[in-house]
Amino acid sequence: MNKLKPSAAPVAPGRDIKTIVNASLKRRHAAERRFRWYGLIAIGLGLIFVALMFTNIIGKGYPAFWQAYVQVPITFDPAVIDPQGNRDPKAIETADYAALVRAGMRQLFPAVQGRLELRALYGLISSDAAYELQRQVQQNPALIGASQEVWLLTSATVDTFVKGNIDRTLDETERLVKDNQIEWIDKLLAAGKIQKQFNTVLFGNGDSREPEQAGIRGALMGSFFTLVVTFLLSFPIGVATAVYLEEFAPKNRWTDLIEVNINNLAAVPSIVFGLLGLAVFINFFGLPRSAPLVGGLVLSLMTLPVIIIAGRAALTSVPPSIREAALGMGASKLQTVGHHVLPLAMPGMLTGSIIGMARALGESAPLLMIGMVAFIVDVPKSFMDPATVLPVQIYLWSDLPERAFVERTSAAIMVLLAFMILMNGLAIVLRKRFERRW
Amino acid sequence: MSTTAVETAVSLDNALSTAIGARKQSSVEVTDYDSRQTVGKITVDHPKMICREVNVYYGEKHAIKNVGLDIGTNEVIAFIGPSGCGKSTFLRCLNRMNDTIPICRVTGQIKLDDDDVYDKSIDVVQLRARVGMVFQKPNPFPKSIYENVAYGPRIHGMVNNKTELDELVRDSLERAGLIKEVEKRLDEPGTSLSGGQQQRLCIARAIAVNPEVILMDEPCSALDPIATAKIEELIDELRENYTIVIVTHSMQQAARVSQRTAYFHLGDLIEIGDTDQIFTNPRHKLTEDYITGRFG
Repeated sequence: MNKLKPSAAPVAPGRDIKTIVNASLKRRHAAERRFRWYGLIAIGLGLIFVALMFTNIIGKGYPAFWQAYVQVPITFDPAVIDPQGNRDPKAIETADYAALVRAGMRQLFPAVQGRLELRALYGLISSDAAYELQRQVQQNPALIGASQEVWLLTSATVDTFVKGNIDRTLDETERLVKDNQIEWIDKLLAAGKIQKQFNTVLFGNGDSREPEQAGIRGALMGSFFTLVVTFLLSFPIGVATAVYLEEFAPKNRWTDLIEVNINNLAAVPSIVFGLLGLAVFINFFGLPRSAPLVGGLVLSLMTLPVIIIAGRAALTSVPPSIREAALGMGASKLQTVGHHVLPLAMPGMLTGSIIGMARALGESAPLLMIGMVAFIVDVPKSFMDPATVLPVQIYLWSDLPERAFVERTSAAIMVLLAFMILMNGLAIVLRKRFERRW
Repeated sequence: MSTTAVETAVSLDNALSTAIGARKQSSVEVTDYDSRQTVGKITVDHPKMICREVNVYYGEKHAIKNVGLDIGTNEVIAFIGPSGCGKSTFLRCLNRMNDTIPICRVTGQIKLDDDDVYDKSIDVVQLRARVGMVFQKPNPFPKSIYENVAYGPRIHGMVNNKTELDELVRDSLERAGLIKEVEKRLDEPGTSLSGGQQQRLCIARAIAVNPEVILMDEPCSALDPIATAKIEELIDELRENYTIVIVTHSMQQAARVSQRTAYFHLGDLIEIGDTDQIFTNPRHKLTEDYITGRFG
């Protein structure tokens, strides 16, 4: 019974506990306040940099979502398009549509004479304009013989000028648009014949050497195919590995070794996986270069450890009492895992996987090693078509000097960021939606 | 209903204290502290389970030392003893829940009827269907009340159709004394119930597969006295059909619900016997110290 009596506290004689505590109280509070300030400053700095990044990217990139078009009167002259008059698709395909565009431009400015002047005039229009007319005629052969006003893509220089990025006070020799071109553009603008429209080219086209025709469709599709391969491979394998290691594997030296290796793999620089992919998938297995399939394989290697680690963490967070309950009912090990543990761990696993996928979406280094950095104009249609991905497209465009490419670089970054935010948002929604309490 | 349960509990308590007081006068030979031999008769006339020379090791640690006892058919046997004495460990040997601990090793013989529990030919799935378990902390699955009870019959394929399953679920909930409280909300999650209800749900879940033996590992330690009284009442009712092994820290509970009591101490089975005898007339010094509250 003696133990229960409170023993006398060893307090210095003449000082009671109140004065002792009070002496240090001020210092303790000050330390807490200081710590709070450090925290606030750190968060503030972080937010400032995020804001800087976003204003910079959005400020540079948002003009890329609009593109200058010029309205040109086009006469779909049968003598040019279909001289035989038999609507032969071959003839329609190979007709000289550029001539129609040139005729249209001359019709806009009949006063313009001379080879140099005319070349400057035709320079206002993108070379895509001819293809645009070809597409329209192929879709609707009834156009042949008709005359109508058509909105055509301007050249990148006109676009840049219209967006106010070329200083007209500069000396003509230092300017991309010449004096006569400025005069024509001003006239067209005044007549409402040059308009900025939503940039469908950006989302509809693959890469191009002409900035006004370059789009991110190819890179988007490349990213899509690559991520599909990555997800289909890394999610099932990752979940199976995590479940096996966490629930079934005996705890011995071998599993310890495997665990250490998986943790190390998560920290391996991604470019190493690219080299591995080059050596194994392309050189050894002979898979094609630049293919989303190979990109997906490489990114799977990179994402797997992340998914496994997240999956194991999710499995450990399931309380052991649930396992005991199921095992105590006579459920087999697999039933216990399948019916109870895995459903409870799934939100965590999905979150981890989506974050892993978001990382894979933003990855460029390993894909450079396997040739996904090539200049590819065609939009890939399958897992084996040569392709590039968004981050690599950004990397490619960031090298180019044209103002339109600078805009597009930022626009592509915005699209990439939007996907990232979407994926992370999805992860949060899934986590909240399936979160369970026990 | 709860009032009667509490009253019963109180009257039992009184009986117990009188009994402990009365014991002082009796003059039965008491075994000394140092003896680690089991005192009392370990066998019964109609054993459901027979355990002989059971040893359990956790790695190097010898957790259960040469324990032998019988568990009688349709009896409630209580395992008591101080923390770490091995009573839960021993309980978990009976349905091989210790298998989940990799460093745990069990030797000796444990028989359920005529089957050796640790024989290679016995599958743990079958064993655990026959020997159900209720845990210390109520652990319903994070699913509906219905699904909780239906789970066992479903995985073992005990029912052929939905009607049979519905009936079995209702019946189990009724036998666990829970049906009135949950009848209207079988679709609500089991975790939404109170602690005591959750524990009765776990009991319903266990009896849904109609086991022969039910192991209860301190089933009331997380519950308040009223919920405890309900569970104890339930245990008494369940005795008609099941053999129940209960581990408890509460000696009053052991006295109230069990017919036989086994006292464990540091891995040894110190004393076993009829509950009345153990609490009124312990024959081992350690048991006496423990039940009189001098130790433990």
